Amino acid sequence: MARIIVVTSGKGGVGKTTTSAAIAMGLAKKGHKTAVIDFDVGLRNLDLIMGCERRVVYDFINVINGEASLNQALIKDKNCNLLYILAASQTRDKDALSQEGVGKVLDDLSKDFKYIICDSPAGIERGAHLAMYFADDAFVVTNPEVSSVRDSDRMLGILSSKSRRAEQNKEPIKEYLLLTRYSPERVKLGEMLSVDDVQEILSLHLLGVIPESKSVLNASNSGIPVILDEKSDAGQAYADIVARYLGENKPHRFIDDKKGFFGKLFGGK
Amino acid sequence: MSKDAQKTPYNPPALEFKSSTFSVPVLVIASNDLIIIEQQLQAKVLLAPEFFKNSPLVLDVQELNKQSVDVDIVAVIEVIRKLGLLPIGIRGGNAQQNEQAITLGIPLHSIHTSSTTIDAKKPKTPTPEPETKDLLQTGTTVITHPIRSGQRVYAAGDLVIIAQVSAGTEILAEGNIHVYGTLRGRALAGVQGNTEARIFCSDLQAELISIAGNYKISEDLNQNIRNTPVQIYLDKQTLVIKEI
Repeated sequence: MARIIVVTSGKGGVGKTTTSAAIAMGLAKKGHKTAVIDFDVGLRNLDLIMGCERRVVYDFINVINGEASLNQALIKDKNCNLLYILAASQTRDKDALSQEGVGKVLDDLSKDFKYIICDSPAGIERGAHLAMYFADDAFVVTNPEVSSVRDSDRMLGILSSKSRRAEQNKEPIKEYLLLTRYSPERVKLGEMLSVDDVQEILSLHLLGVIPESKSVLNASNSGIPVILDEKSDAGQAYADIVARYLGENKPHRFIDDKKGFFGKLFGGK
Repeated sequence: MSKDAQKTPYNPPALEFKSSTFSVPVLVIASNDLIIIEQQLQAKVLLAPEFFKNSPLVLDVQELNKQSVDVDIVAVIEVIRKLGLLPIGIRGGNAQQNEQAITLGIPLHSIHTSSTTIDAKKPKTPTPEPETKDLLQTGTTVITHPIRSGQRVYAAGDLVIIAQVSAGTEILAEGNIHVYGTLRGRALAGVQGNTEARIFCSDLQAELISIAGNYKISEDLNQNIRNTPVQIYLDKQTLVIKEI
């Protein structure tokens, strides 16, 4: 049986898709057969971040409606042969997702995948609900600012009460915090919430901190998950997160301002 | 849990009468000025909009009738409905008021089970309190997981939460509220009018605290009791917040 991971946040623009792409690639690189599904029907982005937008023939909705088989719709990643992408439909909306349909696709995928990553849309409506409903683990992506933290808190409430695990009285979804776009310098200046501030409000297990980094935008624009940019701080942060999720003991990085004297002097990034 | 699970092989009777006791808020009006009633009721509703939304309610006009003040039942009911409450009964009305209520499809309730604050003032007749009151007060709800933004908890008795209560939550109890963690949401104790109810928390950062309808919003909280363990109780209609 596969482990189903939802990447969610409530708020938009915090880095869900970037995280989904990076985590999926990271897990596949570690030798686990992984599928990543875009639940953002109507605002399809994952295929762009994964760099496979020109190879999309059939999408998630086609599979749900029985117009294509899962094998026809799954796109094999060009960088890693253990990673498959299921794109969202751009021409439909979230109402095209049905609970039975999504459940069936996930069941089928579970048969030969180790991990299934569900990239949730923003909001708490149908798309986001179905993305998290079947999950075993939840990666809650949060930016260090109050509205994002509040929305994550709301999402955590939904995870604990409206998921399949909650409805069937099973062990609850395991929730992990991923703090993205973190800037230690700005925290120091009091312009941004610190890791401790966010932890205090959400009281959640911190899986990792991803620093604000130019490499994220570069990676998105070039369609290569940032985790493959091994030199970048964000890429390393995601690699740490994948390792920690798989049970390796990695100390947290990128929380403190590590820039040396000269770095500060010249303000380089 | 679900009723669907219990499929019965034979055909049971399609209906059955059962007796059940409900706890329903009673609105005691002490004025016949519709505008004042509307204003004050709206203020109360705003305290806990989710709680009052579509809440059933019994209208008590006994106090007005005692003072021989006449009130337009039809208009009062209209005001109540306008504010999103659902009147399901009237009590203490005179013959004419009762007739009006019946015409509006609102049942009459007898006054003898009254246990409102107004009754407490007059010398107690030896009629025993209805037992249901005690039953409702004894239950304690214990919650060990965090209450997340957007969630709402209602306890018929005391409410004990051994975790944090996030901003954007609403916790309500007919009895006391204990929060062993940070209280950031709205906490309303004694929501059925129990003025003896108290709120305890180990770190006060609440958006709103209320006991039996007497409330304070975050802005009115004194800075020196913020972020401290406190207890909150009512002293002659005034909320008292004390460090513990």
